[in-house]
Amino acid sequence: MNFDDTPQEAAFRAEARAWIGANAPKQYEEELRKSSLGRTQLTGANILEVAKAWQKKKADAGWACLHWPKEYGGRGSTPIERVIWQQEEGPFGKLSGMFIIGHGMCGPTMMAFAGEEQKRKYLPPLASGEKVWCQLFSEPAGGSDVAGLRTRAEKNGDDWIINGQKIWTSGAHYSDYGILLTRTDPNVAKHKGLTMFFLDMKSPGVEVRPIKQASGQSDFNEVYFTDVKIPDSQRLGAVNDGWNVSLTTLMNERMSIGAGVSTGFPELFEFCNSLMLEDGPAIEDRGVRSKLANWAVKASGLKYTSMRAISALSKGDRPGPENSIGKLVAGSMVQDVAMYALDLQGAAGVLSGPEDAEVAGKFQAMLLRAPGTRVEGGTDEIMRNIIAERVLGLPGDIRVDKDVPFNKIPTKGRA
Amino acid sequence: MNFDFSDDQKQMRDAARKFLSEQCPPKAVRTVLDGKAAYDKELWKGLAEMGFLGVAIPEQFGGAGAGHLELCVIAEEMGRALAPVPFSSTVYLAAEAILIAGSDAQKQKWLPKIASGEAIGTLALFEGKGNPSPKAIKLTASGGTLNGVKKPVADGAIADFAVVAARTGSTGRDSDISLFLVDLKAGGVEVKSLTNVDPTRGQAELTFKNAKAEPLGATGDGWSILSQVLDRAAVLMAFEQVGGADRALEMGRDYALDRIAFGRPIGSFQAVKHMLADMYVSATLARSNCYYGAWALSTNASELPEAAAAARISATQAFQHCAKNNIQVHGGMGFTWEFDCHMYYRRANAVALGLGSLSYWEDQLIDRMRKKNAA
Repeated sequence: MNFDDTPQEAAFRAEARAWIGANAPKQYEEELRKSSLGRTQLTGANILEVAKAWQKKKADAGWACLHWPKEYGGRGSTPIERVIWQQEEGPFGKLSGMFIIGHGMCGPTMMAFAGEEQKRKYLPPLASGEKVWCQLFSEPAGGSDVAGLRTRAEKNGDDWIINGQKIWTSGAHYSDYGILLTRTDPNVAKHKGLTMFFLDMKSPGVEVRPIKQASGQSDFNEVYFTDVKIPDSQRLGAVNDGWNVSLTTLMNERMSIGAGVSTGFPELFEFCNSLMLEDGPAIEDRGVRSKLANWAVKASGLKYTSMRAISALSKGDRPGPENSIGKLVAGSMVQDVAMYALDLQGAAGVLSGPEDAEVAGKFQAMLLRAPGTRVEGGTDEIMRNIIAERVLGLPGDIRVDKDVPFNKIPTKGRA
Repeated sequence: MNFDFSDDQKQMRDAARKFLSEQCPPKAVRTVLDGKAAYDKELWKGLAEMGFLGVAIPEQFGGAGAGHLELCVIAEEMGRALAPVPFSSTVYLAAEAILIAGSDAQKQKWLPKIASGEAIGTLALFEGKGNPSPKAIKLTASGGTLNGVKKPVADGAIADFAVVAARTGSTGRDSDISLFLVDLKAGGVEVKSLTNVDPTRGQAELTFKNAKAEPLGATGDGWSILSQVLDRAAVLMAFEQVGGADRALEMGRDYALDRIAFGRPIGSFQAVKHMLADMYVSATLARSNCYYGAWALSTNASELPEAAAAARISATQAFQHCAKNNIQVHGGMGFTWEFDCHMYYRRANAVALGLGSLSYWEDQLIDRMRKKNAA
């Protein structure tokens, strides 16, 4: 048992470290390091431009999309090399937020289902960050139950005409392309009548409306489709086989392991170390210590769970459903940690003006962003179902709509 | 990175699991639970024959000389099987204390006997309520004899010898404490069995009246040796706890698949599924913290004190969480004597206290993290 790199891993790490050391935008390092959940912003710079510039630089030197094949703009790296890169990229990796969906989900789906010519056309500019992609799955009627979506695609000659609405679409307001899951046959059971496309987000009839979140920021959008025309050549997979295509997308989501999930613990520990309460330093208070210790072992438990997963990757194993625990544990932990940090400040915990921002503002940002973490990419409840069903082998939930034609499924809870 | 046990170590885990499933079924645990024996002597002999008692004892002292990673995988299986034997007292506490601080002669005298199963050892530290602390030690040592009372002492009634923490100074510093080896069969020690929450692991009161003792380690080094012993034992005990947590989770999962209510297996109800998923999460986090502790223990890394406390806390939480919710999944059946759930529940709560309480280790962890932060 050890934490050592193999010789090949060490060589890769050294190369990555040297290149990052020479090329990363160091002027933002400190700010990125200090940014915590809900607070990644750069003073005097547009974060999207900085992120795109860093991605382009990586792509030009062969460090973009490490896990993608070289011919599509990637590096053809092993999963463990991807993890090593993330470790070495450190705070600069926080700039990649806007690319996660495109690189982790849209790209792999295109690779699996688009034609060769399309792959060569669309994937390299996605890898280099010149074009940003989003994923148009969720709808007001289809969140955890993705297959409950209602956006229609109707065939019209060589085109499809799209009408409907998506929601919770991360980054749609700055995306160039998107992958879109639609309903093409409402007369069959819900999983059997879906079809996947990709489209230009600037197409006529696409309207993006940012959603103002609880935090006051707008990372997500509603996207409306009014008679949007998509050529049949931009269909991904067979007509009515969209569910299987979307499973490819969702399975790739799980590959994104090793990216540390924010728990808020380092921030809280640092805060308790410096905070003075009436009776002395907060960290010497018995109640505070007990709370901290509880969160400390969760944070270290997650860290070493991810080390175990990385070790499995290093041996060539594929990540399994057990990796679902990171988001599940960190999501509610960061929420609790933020609440506690504010509680420790007493009445002053409510303040968030610039003069108080270091102490309260940081944790308030966390507090207001955390509920999203518990919902996006699968709610806590879905994560628990995944663990219960796929790890522990318990029966699936009862699905009363399973064999019912989609247009016969009730749409209202109370008659 | 290879943050995992080796194939050989996993094979040893499998061998230990197989051995224990044959030699230590729940029925055997119940023999001790019901008070028909103080511990399972046959099992103890078998463990010695398998080489498990001396797995981390060097060959020159009669052990297998394998190492602490091997001991960790065996500890996990001991916890999983609820083995009713003085394994933790003898192997994690007494043997480790001798390995750390014993003279060559002391090692020659005791370690081969531990490895062969001839001698049961324990650590006599506590004196009534409270957590490990130099201040709490009142038992005195002078002129090679000990006077005072230790309670509770795990496996004290069946032990052949004890490592005893005694006061040798009155400066108010940690250096007031020294350790001694006492042959409990040599006279001067009164032994009284105490009833306790987990009858599968005995507890005793030892009263020392001019009992002959020989120093273990230098005078005044007792507390520093004890800290090391407790940290090492914390990692090993944490593996026992993870083994117990995993087994309790499995029992709950199996019952949830078998038991039908409202026309469905109860494991198909989200409330039950989610409870089991949370048990899995706590056991997994604990296991990962334990692996880190195992790495620190086996390499004697400077991170050991922090890693040991983290492993101890999360394994304590996981075992308690899984044992308690295993009963909940079982419903009324889980509350009966004849189902095994309560044996895990008892052990989880007894083992949570054996090296000092959860809050003691929480305190330790934060102290150690602060020190590291300041360094």
